[in-house]
Amino acid sequence: MHRRRLIGLLLWLLAATAATVAFAQTAGRFIVLASTTSTDQSGLFGHILPIFKAQTGIEVRVVAVGTGQALQLGARGDADALLVHDRPGEDQLVAKGDALDRRDVMFNDFVIVGPKDDPAKIVGLKDAKAALGRIAAAKAPFVSRGDDSGTHRLELRLWKSVPIDIKAIGDGWYRELGAGMGPALNTAAAMSAYIISDRATWASFKNRQGLVLLADGDKALFNPYSSLLVNPAKGAHIRAADAKIWHEWLTSKAGQHAISSFKIDGEQLFFPSYAGAK
Amino acid sequence: MDSLGHAAVLALQLIAERDADVMNAVATSLTVSLTASVIACVIGAPLGVLVAIRSFRGRRPLLIVVNAMLGLPPVVIGLVAYLLLSRAGPLGSLGLLFTVKAMIIAQVMLTLPIAIALTHRAAEAAWRDYGDALRIDGASLVRCVSFVLALESAALLTAFLAAFGRAISEVGAITIVGGNIREHTRTVTTAIVLETSKGEIATAMALAMILLTLALLVSAAAFLLQQRASR
Repeated sequence: MHRRRLIGLLLWLLAATAATVAFAQTAGRFIVLASTTSTDQSGLFGHILPIFKAQTGIEVRVVAVGTGQALQLGARGDADALLVHDRPGEDQLVAKGDALDRRDVMFNDFVIVGPKDDPAKIVGLKDAKAALGRIAAAKAPFVSRGDDSGTHRLELRLWKSVPIDIKAIGDGWYRELGAGMGPALNTAAAMSAYIISDRATWASFKNRQGLVLLADGDKALFNPYSSLLVNPAKGAHIRAADAKIWHEWLTSKAGQHAISSFKIDGEQLFFPSYAGAK
Repeated sequence: MDSLGHAAVLALQLIAERDADVMNAVATSLTVSLTASVIACVIGAPLGVLVAIRSFRGRRPLLIVVNAMLGLPPVVIGLVAYLLLSRAGPLGSLGLLFTVKAMIIAQVMLTLPIAIALTHRAAEAAWRDYGDALRIDGASLVRCVSFVLALESAALLTAFLAAFGRAISEVGAITIVGGNIREHTRTVTTAIVLETSKGEIATAMALAMILLTLALLVSAAAFLLQQRASR
């Protein structure tokens, strides 16, 4: 008796498994886009992807990771297209033949955020180097992404330009996390620390606590995003035709208009930048 | 406390409104974790019994490895699964990366050691009591395994619930191989991480409450099933 019940139970479980796996299968035209957390979490994709799908019937499945990981996904052929923000890394990917046809798509800027009482006195500075210099001089807590993202790479370039050798600092005010923009902002809020954020994530971030925007407007804080196609030579699995449609759309008048129409509280967060939009 | 209350209200709201994103995440979580823990038990339980009732070369090292795997962080399993399933990896041609199936595979790898280790422990005791009788009876290996499994169905349930608990609560493995793609591979746990990143702490907490409710429901259902089966 026991055995029959057990076999029945096993059969039932197997059937349930088969049914759920079959149910989970979905088809349709789609591409996989490796992109950054800043574009995803700010809500930009939530705004422009439905417009793209309505116009082309193609669904874009976004894998939102740090730019370092996104470039890596492209290099391994695990994505069809990229939308990232680290020019040196992008150029390297193209030079190695992993990606093609890099195009400027849009830009915004980075901002320096910190505690309201501003112990390093950087409020209103238009010079990012000077601001970082004051934070270092005051030994005020500073949170670094530390995750090889586009934002982290920019931060490291800025420190180098001050010039401060961030690796040699042992005072404990410089705290390297290894976290995405949102988690890093959560941490900075909890520690009343300074942090560099992209404007879009900051604008849509809800857990600010005592953090306020203190310094922005330096050319060095420019944050350009590019679209790249993963080289179809990576294999037949690359959805090259549909990825190309996405790439062209992003840099068309329709795509560029969709980007500029995305706003949070009336503030435009990404500015179209493709020169030859038709 | 106030923010917890706020989160509870929000959780009820999300469920009452049948919020599409939340419903999707719940369905994906259940699909992935139930399927993975069932597969892990179907494969792992007979293996666990087999290891308990047969002695063979390498049995002890195998047990040590299986028990050590219980402590592996899900993100490590995720990385291994990613390297296997990536287009540049050995199973890349299957095209499974960033799909629900990839998540199921990763969670099977994650929960299989639990199924093996827990059934092994129960089967050892059962074999001490009944092994000799079965041997004298001349029972075949298949009969021995199914006899022990039937005898230890309560332990099997425990193994299933432990496997399911590890699967439904983890986020490290499925983020890497699933990609947390909205409407496709976003689960309740990856959504909690995402909402926390966005600073939407109340939404994250509301999702956490929904996750807890799911775990409670599955656990209760398993116990009811067990009770009916043993009556």
